[in-house]
Amino acid sequence: MLENGAVFCGQAAGKFKETVCEVIFNTSMTGYVEMLSDPSNAGLGVVMTYPLIGNYGVCLEDMESDKLYPAALLVHELCDTPSNFRCEMTLEEFLIKHEIPCVTGLDNRAIVMNVRENGAMKAIVTDDISDKDALLNKIKSFELKNEYTGVNEVVSEDGVKVAFIDLGARKSFVNAFAQRGFAVTKFATLNADEILNGGFEGVVISNGVEDHDKFADAVEEIKKLMAKNMPIFAIGLGHQLVALANGGKVEKMLHGHRGCNYPVRFNDKDKTYITAHNHGFAVTEAPANADVLCVNVNDKTIEGLKYQDKPVMTVQFIPDTSKGPNTAFLFEDFKNLIKEGK
Amino acid sequence: MLDKSIKKVMVIGSGPIIIGQAAEFDYAGTQACRSLKEEGVEVVLVNSNPATIMTDGDIADKVYIEPLTIPTLTKIIEKEKPDSLLPSLGGQTGLNLAMELNELGILKENNVRLIGINAESIKKAEDRQEFKDTMEAIGEPCIESLVVETVEDALEFSAKIGYPVIVRPAYTLGGTGGGIAYDEKQLFEIASNGIRLSRVNQVLIEKCISGWKEIEFETMRDSKGNCITICSMENLDPVGIHTGDSIVVAPAQTLMDKEYSMLRNAALNIIDALDIQGGCNVQFALHPTSFKYAVIEVNPRVSRSSALASKATGFPIARVASKIALGLGLDEIPNAVTGKTYASFEPTIDYIVCKFPKWPFDKFVTAKKTLGTQMKATGEVMSIARTFEAALHKSLHSLEENKESLLLDSFMEVSKEEIHETLYNVDNLRVYAIAVAIYKGIELKEIHDITKIDMWFLNKIKNIVDMEKVLKSGKCDKETLFAAKKMGFTDNVIAKNVGTTKNAIKHLRKLWDIMPSFSIVDTCAAEFKAQTPYYYSDYGIANEVNPKTDKKKIMVLGSGPIRIGQGVEFDYCSVHSVWALKKAGCEAIIVNNNPETVSTDFDVSDKLYFEPLTPEYVTSIVELENPDGAIVQFGGQTAIKLTKTLNDLGVKILGTDADHVDAAEDRERFDEILEFCDIARPKGQTVFTAQEAIAAAHSLGYPVLVRPSYVLGGQGMQIAASDEDILEFMDIITRTIPDLSEHPVLVDKYLMGQEVEVDAICDGKDILIPGIMEHIDRAGIHSGDSISVYPAVTLSQKVQKTIVDYTKRLASALHVIGMMNIQFIVLRETVYIIEVNPRSSRTVPYISKVTGIPAISLATRAMLGERIADMGYGTGLYKNSGYYAIKLPVFSFEKIIGADTSLGPEMKSTGEVLGISTDYNEALLKAFEGGGVSMPKDAKIVVTVRDKDKKEVSEMLKEFKDSEFEFYATPGTCKVIREAGIECKEINPLTGQSPNIMEMLQNGEVSLIINTPTHGRLANRDGFKLRRLAVESGTSCLTSLDAALSVMRSTFVVPEDQMSLTDIASLKL
Repeated sequence: MLENGAVFCGQAAGKFKETVCEVIFNTSMTGYVEMLSDPSNAGLGVVMTYPLIGNYGVCLEDMESDKLYPAALLVHELCDTPSNFRCEMTLEEFLIKHEIPCVTGLDNRAIVMNVRENGAMKAIVTDDISDKDALLNKIKSFELKNEYTGVNEVVSEDGVKVAFIDLGARKSFVNAFAQRGFAVTKFATLNADEILNGGFEGVVISNGVEDHDKFADAVEEIKKLMAKNMPIFAIGLGHQLVALANGGKVEKMLHGHRGCNYPVRFNDKDKTYITAHNHGFAVTEAPANADVLCVNVNDKTIEGLKYQDKPVMTVQFIPDTSKGPNTAFLFEDFKNLIKEGK
Repeated sequence: MLDKSIKKVMVIGSGPIIIGQAAEFDYAGTQACRSLKEEGVEVVLVNSNPATIMTDGDIADKVYIEPLTIPTLTKIIEKEKPDSLLPSLGGQTGLNLAMELNELGILKENNVRLIGINAESIKKAEDRQEFKDTMEAIGEPCIESLVVETVEDALEFSAKIGYPVIVRPAYTLGGTGGGIAYDEKQLFEIASNGIRLSRVNQVLIEKCISGWKEIEFETMRDSKGNCITICSMENLDPVGIHTGDSIVVAPAQTLMDKEYSMLRNAALNIIDALDIQGGCNVQFALHPTSFKYAVIEVNPRVSRSSALASKATGFPIARVASKIALGLGLDEIPNAVTGKTYASFEPTIDYIVCKFPKWPFDKFVTAKKTLGTQMKATGEVMSIARTFEAALHKSLHSLEENKESLLLDSFMEVSKEEIHETLYNVDNLRVYAIAVAIYKGIELKEIHDITKIDMWFLNKIKNIVDMEKVLKSGKCDKETLFAAKKMGFTDNVIAKNVGTTKNAIKHLRKLWDIMPSFSIVDTCAAEFKAQTPYYYSDYGIANEVNPKTDKKKIMVLGSGPIRIGQGVEFDYCSVHSVWALKKAGCEAIIVNNNPETVSTDFDVSDKLYFEPLTPEYVTSIVELENPDGAIVQFGGQTAIKLTKTLNDLGVKILGTDADHVDAAEDRERFDEILEFCDIARPKGQTVFTAQEAIAAAHSLGYPVLVRPSYVLGGQGMQIAASDEDILEFMDIITRTIPDLSEHPVLVDKYLMGQEVEVDAICDGKDILIPGIMEHIDRAGIHSGDSISVYPAVTLSQKVQKTIVDYTKRLASALHVIGMMNIQFIVLRETVYIIEVNPRSSRTVPYISKVTGIPAISLATRAMLGERIADMGYGTGLYKNSGYYAIKLPVFSFEKIIGADTSLGPEMKSTGEVLGISTDYNEALLKAFEGGGVSMPKDAKIVVTVRDKDKKEVSEMLKEFKDSEFEFYATPGTCKVIREAGIECKEINPLTGQSPNIMEMLQNGEVSLIINTPTHGRLANRDGFKLRRLAVESGTSCLTSLDAALSVMRSTFVVPEDQMSLTDIASLKL
């Protein structure tokens, strides 16, 4: 049941339990294992727009973290006879193992249309809708929180030394830096002094659940870093936090961008790249000291900012390396920023 | 940015419909021309196919229906002086011609540049060796292979890499001349054939990777280098079966994200390396148990797959490709579906699409039905649903093959062991055999080991089988019924299994509210609100159709897949009817399931339902839309068959009503009408059994014409000269039409006269006949296979007057409103009726074009109540246009191994070309050139005819006494020809002593074979072998003396350099 009272029926699957969540939809036709293990999907009830989910089963190697994050998986059809040479278990077995509830047999498109028209909503996944008022109360008490706690660890030791502030990043994204000649040290929280004194040449601020209140402190820390001309490459939530630190405006979008088919146009390059997105907020007003680096071709959402006189660049999308080497140039750009910043 | 230097673009179409090149290029070309014109560019179109929408006067600025040959194209270039040539829209034909024009320097001489793709890139993609080198250079793996020009090299290389090997000839389409060779002997045969068929006499020998997954990507790239993928597709049938003959689903189903991304990246890498500015199709083979893959093929142009991808996603590839060719970027072209996004937004879909091929094996009973690397399908259907099970089911229903359930009766009857054997047959029925094998308890693993079909698909088929088992147990509660409908079972199949009637099932569904709803195809999985009314049905989903409108709502039923006898011409008619309805202020709804057509483009009609054209699906649409009327006369037999369903639902049939359609089809009622009109017809009888047929033949006297009622394209129609013939034909008929009590067989006296055809527009009072057409071939050859001439040149004024008069009488007696097609036979100045079809025919597009009368538009207006007299074209027979227009059938015999090429009353052609000129012989010559039956003035012609034709042939050849033709004939025929005083060389029969015909053919010396067949359909006669050999050696072989005379005469009479050009657009009134 959605916050607006709309009810959609299906069959329980996975490890079913009554769950409150924020309902969003994801338009990727493949990559459910990666999506489920993506920390930035914590607390979400993810509606997959593609109707057949689980076709290729689960390969644990493809996980983006050690656990599954969404509050619930909402699908049209869950495939119990997957086929792929790397398949280790069915998706349902995977969900049960990680205690994620799932509803299958849903009219997924109807939910998407409801969310599209009314915006991302809170919702409850339940097997008893007899007392709607009680359910609505449960829904209302829910807040989407970023409860992710990263670990402080050294990921790679060779290359340009950067601090990676992990607010909920995918494993593959962290590895992308390591593979491209960065010496990556992960931090669970952002502490400017720690970084400035740690001999780091740059800072990466990752994506994660967009719980801006929680990161009010981080915004202050970013200001400190920027005052010291520390090179920064921020993504997703990080991109929003840097904008906030510089007086930009961040607002919740009607229903967010979650999929891997979004065209982003880099004005300086006169080129458009297909990129992967997973965000429900966006920078709606660029800070005065930033230039727009790139925009979403469809709705002109700001997708990237380059700060004037500062070695700082931020993008809203995820420069996802497995979805094509398209925007991999950003990693090089960051290296250049660091070089120039010296 | 729009390249302002491009002002006039030439577009080359793909020519006649043949296997491997069907209506998809009419769809692509039409969309492209409109897209170019939108940007203010002048478009010059050349295509020899008159049945297409693209060759309509208002699609392009200049339209030439001329032979697609280098001399003709050169003349058009010189006359029109285009600045650019867009080569990627006319299929392989268009691309090859553009390459030739370029190689010969003709483009350079005339300052024409290629847009969309450059010559170098075409070569990189099309030339086997260059392709391999290019792929190697960018690190994309290919299959171990070698280009060879001799059979010896082929054998040597194959010995090195090991058998089996695949042979792929360069520059051919639909894999013509290719195949898999398992040993030296087979390789010898396939390779020698392939080398000959290739334009550059090259074949590729490659290691056979049969059994790998076959994955395709449709990609687009603009001049700035922006790339996107439109759609991924996965073939249910693994590598080894041509993708055109495979069941294909979109998107790919069994790839993990890593595999998907790997192939997607490879596809984009390739399109980038080839510097394509437009669309490109990349086919991959993916090893089923590793990340190993290989690039099989790249098509740097719009293709059958791109048409499928367009319809599957709603992304108009041809339209966008044309804009890109003009310099626009993907991020500058708005997406017309959403109105909010741009072409650079990769489509994502929230349903599954299934494509199923339509094969012509019902026409070619002697043909090999095995599928391989050479495509055999004439067309295809596509279906959309939210489950694979339903998508597959809907495809089967769209094929109109009376196979509603996967559990085919003929397979259910055989033993488990036999079905196990059947699994090894890679043929058109394999998917049914698999289902029955599952039903009979053969393990999926076993089926997978034999067929290599991915377990995912097999499990889905098992779901269907399991459900059918449940139904067979009699279970039909609410949950079961819903689950069965969700899987796409028809009420009919459910009823049969449960043991009740389909009406009872329908009643239950209504009771339990298990009704289909309609969802939108929107390119974006509902992320944005779509502007396009493009719908598919499914169960348990929200309805997105708003049936409310202030306009009069008319439903046009389309013609389904392209097949022999029902080609692109019916799509032409459907589309023109829709346009006329829209112009008249109506809301036009179209129902069709063919992804290759213009009618299934979302911006043609006001609403498009992509659904099977069968009673149950159409009923669902009617129940939702409740249209004010329906038009069935433009969708061929597919639409006509739905008349009763629509009538029962209370939908008004616009135009001729169902009762009168029946009167034209029903032998007895029609006889009464003819008697009333005082019109003669060849005597005949209606029969229900073979015994009755023989009795009828005896009372009429042989030869007789045997045919089933209610068919198009003369399906199962034959001339019988003996009792054995009748038995043979009746057996074939009962195989395709199981229930003769509903559709009896007609036996008619066969009259050998002049066949004449008329299309008339009728309003219930007046008629308008655009023109009278006569056939060059005498009666007995199906009208679709006959060379048709406009205007009638041999008919006396008196006969013409009689024909117009009879047409009028019949129109009024049958209360025809709309189109009507009548076929006459004229014998000694007497006019007989063969048949009347109160519907549109395959000659309508061409007669519309040459006379300038928009027949379908006028017919549609007449159906809406307008009077012909008020339309401004007069009534009766329309004035002569001053042009001769000759329609010539084109066949695809080289694709169908084992098909007899001799012509008869059953239609065999897949397409047609037109020759148009103010000079009769020149029009003929152009038609033959367009149809690929042209020859030099000193051609070597082999004559071998049956005894009764020998005299006639020798008389005929007298005309060419002074020609440079060299005649060769087998001893018997030669003697008769010489007696007539014509020089003729004697040659031994096919396998006789040297010199024999086979040697001549193999040397490629012969330009034409004239061979008349002895009757019968058996494949073991010498004549049959000769005709097959002709096809396989690429030699023209005519089995009609009339056609042979025409080609010789036009070649003889028309001066070599004479060639006029006619702009069809200027004929429009």
